[in-house]
Amino acid sequence: MLRACTVDELPPGESVRIAGPEPIAVFNADGELYAIGDTCTHQDASLAGGWLEGCFVECPLHAALFDLRTGMPSCLPAKQPVRTYQVQVEEGVIYVLADAAEDAA
Amino acid sequence: MKTVAIVGASLAGARAAQELRAQGFDGRVVLIGEEPHLPYDRPPLSKAFLAGTAARESLDLLDADDLASLEVRLGTRAERLDPATGRLVLSDGELEADGVVLATGGRARALPGTEAVAGVHVLRTLDDALALREELVPGARVVIVGGGFIGAEVASTCQGLGLDVTVLEALPTPMARVLGPELGSICARLHGRNGVTLRCGASVAGLTAVSGRVTGVQLETGENLPADVVVAGIGMVPAVEWLDGSGLAIGNGVRTDSGLVTSLANVVAAGDVAAYGPAGIRHEHWTNATEQASVAVANLLAGQVVREYQPSGYVWSDQYSGTLQLAGHPAPDDEVRYAEGGPDDDSFLATYHRDGRTVAVFGLNNPRGFGRLRRQALRRPMPVG
Ligand SMILES: Cc1cc2nc3c(=O)[nH]c(=O)nc-3n(C[C@H](O)[C@H](O)[C@H](O)COP(=O)(O)OP(=O)(O)OC[C@H]3O[C@@H](n4cnc5c(N)ncnc54)[C@H](O)[C@@H]3O)c2cc1C
Ligand code: FES
Repeated sequence: MLRACTVDELPPGESVRIAGPEPIAVFNADGELYAIGDTCTHQDASLAGGWLEGCFVECPLHAALFDLRTGMPSCLPAKQPVRTYQVQVEEGVIYVLADAAEDAA
Repeated sequence: MKTVAIVGASLAGARAAQELRAQGFDGRVVLIGEEPHLPYDRPPLSKAFLAGTAARESLDLLDADDLASLEVRLGTRAERLDPATGRLVLSDGELEADGVVLATGGRARALPGTEAVAGVHVLRTLDDALALREELVPGARVVIVGGGFIGAEVASTCQGLGLDVTVLEALPTPMARVLGPELGSICARLHGRNGVTLRCGASVAGLTAVSGRVTGVQLETGENLPADVVVAGIGMVPAVEWLDGSGLAIGNGVRTDSGLVTSLANVVAAGDVAAYGPAGIRHEHWTNATEQASVAVANLLAGQVVREYQPSGYVWSDQYSGTLQLAGHPAPDDEVRYAEGGPDDDSFLATYHRDGRTVAVFGLNNPRGFGRLRRQALRRPMPVG
């Protein structure tokens, strides 16, 4: 389990990036929390820096749109999905459930 | 319409092919490119690909599904267009098409008289990038002629490789043409902060060479700068020479109306080569090529202008582990205001103002803030497609 930040630190419309070998972006989309792979599958822009629109995030570099629920891109130039992760809130802290291997790293 | 030929198999051409399918065209699409490579993306050529951290496959613009729906002719040059018949004369035969998309972009301008000198490079194609990368060996002294986006990116990549880098810029302020003098000079300072020498007002008189290999760059002042590798980032020339005799209006690119349609309703243009609207404006940026392909295809399929091109003016550039982003259309005498941070910060947001309106937004290392400000200050660009 990776610690993202506290609930207070992530108001609606905001995002945080968890650094690491596979960085993860966590979003608060109008109250719903989502976590996806942070690196855009088109090139390597950080999606945490993207624009949130409903449950979609627009890549800040070339405007590919990713569905936060599925990780699927809904328009070019990206074609491959990003990974999605489960999010859990415990005592006001947001955690992302990543692989055991990643967790150990 | 049964056959659409796309001339130029790079960004605008590849996007036009995808858009034809996305917009419902189910006829034959022939994509013609003179380079031997499958369509690839150019921006990484001065960045990650030049640095050796991005693989060739990561540059691919079309995937297997796209390719299966097209006829791709690589290593094939279009040599002539006969507007009366819609026939294209190709280097390997003729092709009849009832719709044509011109997406031939441009070619890098070389330093005059240096084509045969070893160690002197331009950077436009994959092959250019591979040839340059070969020579970026430890200890090489690199002189870059031109402080625009490409020159600055190559400088930053070379610096990242630990090389000794000097950038020569003829103008008093690099990038002033795109960013205006104030933000141009702020971006220019990134070189010095990262240990790269920038010399403005430096005009190149010629090169010195020994046994056909460059040894230095001679300035107008008589000064000689030693160099093992020279890179010219001095702009490009639209690839329109092959359209001589086609009857199409040419002038700093292929002239089109504001819907990217040429004087022939079944011939459209997109990307770096398209000079559109009454003023014949041409943009040399990635997003422009993508967005124009979509508009040009819509108008080609409709047989008339159903969409006008509205440029978002979006440009980005990666330099020294930072990202510059611009949207809108600044002019040199616009007033610049800082919305977040200031000119001496590693990260800031600024807006350009003219006649009481916000005309452009700029961000350094703040993609999120840039996205927000851009939406607040400028009308949102039309979604692609
Ligand atoms: C090194 C580099 C870095 C860049 N970085 C950025 C960046 O960070 N941000 C940004 O916004 N933009 C960037 N750009 C600009 C962007 O890549 C271009 O705007 C874009 O490639 C334009 O696409 P295009 O398809 O119109 O033209 P081009 O990419 O020039 O492609 C035209 C193609 O047509 C082919 N062709 C020409 N004539 C013929 C013919 N007669 N027959 C057949 N084929 C022909 C050419 O071989 C070429 O492959 C960069 C460009 C370069 C070179
Ligand atoms: S890097 Fe995200 S769309 Fe290009």
